[in-house]
Amino acid sequence: MAEVIWGLATSHVPSIGAAMDLKRTGDDSWRPLFDGYEPARTWMAEHRPDVAVVIYNDHGNGIDLDVSPTFAVGTAADYPVADEGWGPRNVPPIVGDPALSAHLVRSLVDDEFDITMLHRLEVDHGLTVPLSVYCPEPGPQWPCRVVPVLVNVIQHPQPTAARCLAFGAALGRAIRTYPEDLAVAVFGTGGMSHQLAGARAGLINQPFDRMFLEKVETDPHALAAISREEYVEQAGSEGIEMIMWLVMRGALGDNLTRVHETYHVPASNTAAALALFEAS
Amino acid sequence: MPRDTYVFDIAHAQKGMAINRLCASLRSPANRSAFQADESAYADKFGLTAAQKTAILDRDWTAMLELGGSIFYIFKLAQLDQRSMQYLGGVFSGMTEQEFTLLMRSGGRSFG
Repeated sequence: MAEVIWGLATSHVPSIGAAMDLKRTGDDSWRPLFDGYEPARTWMAEHRPDVAVVIYNDHGNGIDLDVSPTFAVGTAADYPVADEGWGPRNVPPIVGDPALSAHLVRSLVDDEFDITMLHRLEVDHGLTVPLSVYCPEPGPQWPCRVVPVLVNVIQHPQPTAARCLAFGAALGRAIRTYPEDLAVAVFGTGGMSHQLAGARAGLINQPFDRMFLEKVETDPHALAAISREEYVEQAGSEGIEMIMWLVMRGALGDNLTRVHETYHVPASNTAAALALFEAS
Repeated sequence: MPRDTYVFDIAHAQKGMAINRLCASLRSPANRSAFQADESAYADKFGLTAAQKTAILDRDWTAMLELGGSIFYIFKLAQLDQRSMQYLGGVFSGMTEQEFTLLMRSGGRSFG
């Protein structure tokens, strides 16, 4: 049977990818973040999954404006890297796992999560940057297949944090009932506090971020009880995307060990964090 | 002055559809070239209101937000102009790009 071996929570801000693509990770402004990643990267390199299930949001690149699915799962054999307006990132092609996707879709729907199926999908920085955080030098191909799981965090009303946690639990059940012996890692991406537009642009709320980083391990139900309005108020209009970490947390289950974490301000206009959990 | 926070709700999405569709079209290199060759004619293809068209042509970023633009879409236009998110942050918060960047590096802006 398939098993969830670890979960990674990480920011997915484009500039983290650009810093890697442009070889600027040693610059003074970037080094603290990338130094902070190092222990997690070393550990993950020793615990390679067969498949990464990456929970992220599209930023107007893979999904047309006409449709805003609340939860969606990619079902394709491959996912082209999107041109977001400045050319696609030069990273290896994303190879899917259609059989696993089909199982996840069926299991989630049977579990009463009526998700949208995406049979064709171009993936943006929300997915590729976390892969680069996991594996900075993939060479010609990524070391794992990928199943994209998309959450609407841009178009209000976003799903509640509680629904994200429950969706994650269903996703975990779906993975663990897949009959093949697969090692699966689950990525929860986005965050932490940031706001890109409006007079509050540049908002960083370190106390809220620190609270979230702690409770995502110890008390996810407390985070699930926070309203979307409170997330926007506390973490910023884009910081609400950290509710996607709760999907990862739900999928991991309650037997988890924190392997590593790091927190750094700023990555572009955001507070960037990484938290890595081993499932047992 | 911009509002403190823009909530991209359904009314906002409907209002800004034309702005966001124009910006979304910039995902294609051919469209980026066509826009840069004749911005006004290109903009006319999207059914913008007069105010929306002026906001696009004048690069009035706050007006774009007020008229329904989403930051993730209008950022595509900013990138075409080689403007950074720190530049936009400065525009929205009333400071220069450099001032905004230094503020982020000193821990960001704290509210409440």
